Amino acid sequence: MDFMVFQYPMITVQACLDGILLGILFALIAYGMALQWGVMNIINIAQGDLVILGGYIAYFMYLYGIHPAWGVIVAPVIMYFLGVLIYKLVINKVVDRDLFISILATFGISILFMQLMNFAFGADVVLANSDYGTTMLFNNNVVLPNSKLFSAFISILFAICLVIYMKKSKLGRAIRATAQNARAAKILGVDTEKVYAATFGINAALCGVAGALISITFTIHPYMGLPYTIRSFMIVIVAGLGNLPGVAMSGMGLGVFEEFADYILGTEFRIGSVFLLLVLILVYRRFKLSRKREYLK
Amino acid sequence: MRLNKIILSFVSALVILFSTSVASFAKVVGDKIILGAAISLTGKYSSNGVHTQNGYNMAVDRINSMGGVKVGGKTYKFDIIYYDDESNPKRAAQLAERLISQDGVEFMLGPYSSGLTKAIAPVTEKYGVPMVEANGASRSLFTKGYKYLFAVLAPANLYLDVAIDLAVEKNNGKPVTVAMAFEQDAFSQDVRLGVLDAIKRTGSKKVIDDKLPKELNDMAATLVKVKQMKPDVLVVSGHTKGALTAIRQIAEMKVDVPMLAMTHCDAAKLSKQHGKNSQYALCASQWHKTLTYKDNFFKDGMTYAADFEKEFGYDPPYQSAESSAALLVFKDAFERANSFDQKKVRDALAATNMQTFYGNIKFAPGGQNVDKPMVLFQVMCDDSGKCENKVVAPTKWASAKLIHPVPKWSER
Repeated sequence: MDFMVFQYPMITVQACLDGILLGILFALIAYGMALQWGVMNIINIAQGDLVILGGYIAYFMYLYGIHPAWGVIVAPVIMYFLGVLIYKLVINKVVDRDLFISILATFGISILFMQLMNFAFGADVVLANSDYGTTMLFNNNVVLPNSKLFSAFISILFAICLVIYMKKSKLGRAIRATAQNARAAKILGVDTEKVYAATFGINAALCGVAGALISITFTIHPYMGLPYTIRSFMIVIVAGLGNLPGVAMSGMGLGVFEEFADYILGTEFRIGSVFLLLVLILVYRRFKLSRKREYLK
Repeated sequence: MRLNKIILSFVSALVILFSTSVASFAKVVGDKIILGAAISLTGKYSSNGVHTQNGYNMAVDRINSMGGVKVGGKTYKFDIIYYDDESNPKRAAQLAERLISQDGVEFMLGPYSSGLTKAIAPVTEKYGVPMVEANGASRSLFTKGYKYLFAVLAPANLYLDVAIDLAVEKNNGKPVTVAMAFEQDAFSQDVRLGVLDAIKRTGSKKVIDDKLPKELNDMAATLVKVKQMKPDVLVVSGHTKGALTAIRQIAEMKVDVPMLAMTHCDAAKLSKQHGKNSQYALCASQWHKTLTYKDNFFKDGMTYAADFEKEFGYDPPYQSAESSAALLVFKDAFERANSFDQKKVRDALAATNMQTFYGNIKFAPGGQNVDKPMVLFQVMCDDSGKCENKVVAPTKWASAKLIHPVPKWSER
């Protein structure tokens, strides 16, 4: 245990800012997960692998001399079509089945993606350099890499665009209608098959954006997807489905929690503390649910 | 009845298959000495697994084309049976069993990484199969009393203690403060133990001792602490991802530290990925092509590097060089033993005392190579942004002078 983070106010500020910037990025991935979970009732274990794949798209652009920031435009386009393809090949066969089947199916996709990425891109850890420089605050005591600021800004931008799209566009309304009641939507003439495909595509596109941002801010590796899946899963179960402000808040909360866990418990417990928090939240929710059930009795 | 017939024919087919495979893969067939190796061709170690395999293949071709191995007045050629261990220790142990009990291999080459070598060593030990390995440096491999394990490389605890000595030397012999960040795998923890020994020996002080997770891609917290505590040396070991993450975030967060020492910079191709940001980083390496060790097969490091590049299209990392050296050791031992008896070959290996292009090789009773020091190189860039690794320590092999302390970010 190390409480240095509380002894120096500047470190506390640094930890909070790092956490919030990171959390915004997590929230974007979680938003994609919440969307398709709400609409299709599928928990996508391959979420993190889609993120990493998006990261590789930005990385390859960087390799070929294009600035990786363009990846946030290219990656979602490619990933959207890939998402639709995955839907047509696998997901549409499990979409009406129970949750367990869909978890198994996406788990399989996750393993397949990991191995394919390893096969195609190699097992090396890679990153894309943005050369964005650094912002210094409070008399140089707090440092914020501009790449982190950039990724938070882009995440917010995409989230806002998506909210507007969901509210205003025809497809957005159809997606929301399907989420509320797929059967009723179908009766009223919504092509739910198309809605599902689009939803999965949009989720993959969001993962693509997040992945590109991660390759700019951190590093990527074919086997690094799972922690992102777990984080987004956790954010969604805390926030609930279809609750965008909730997703944003719990994303940032998780980011700050991780940073503080990192300082206090040590970096080695960073991911561990996320898993622990997940267990605690699940137990707590179960406890709350069982209390509710007792009232009903 | 029909089912019985099917089962019977299936079983007999298997029996035939196995008997033929055993017959075709005995240890020494005709003029061939067959070695076995489980290598990570897929999975998370696949890039270094391929470097290892390329190193082995390069040496096999070279030795065979230069007259092969002379045992009992007859000339033999090397051949290797490879299996893919999928970077998985359990699989590696199974494959070692398979190589020995089904394929009849009597001499083994090591896999890539300490973890996989640890998985295989008990198997080769059980069957008394001599194994020369080139990619397992963990200290724990050499403290178990293995009799048939020989490593051509220096053990992990020697990777970075040189850096602490160097820092003390630069501090006019006075103790220094050290910040450490190590991953929690066997290898990095051994490196850590070596650094702790050096800290104790020099009377230095550790101010930060962080452990890094396997899924590391953010070490901002450690670096914030480094900024606060201002240590003289920052030591990082967390495989390729540790090296890449450290360089990226040190540059982004403008962390000023007089000396930065790391492992796995060679594999990380630091300067290629980070350009000038990686400048001045010190990297521990088993080998560097500019070292002036010599042998009859590859001549010296520079020639090896040029030949390797011609064949495989890239500059050889030390993982390839040490793998090639493993074959030279086997050849030497076979000729001195003048026999294929496993016990005799084992004794000949234990008595090895030779120089290869990779370095001197002499085994301690535990199996580690005690005759080859680690080298430290520093990444140095010219004005055009082209970066090179230059050996700076030990002084005997240095091709450039250490730049110390590292210039502050505000002055770069």
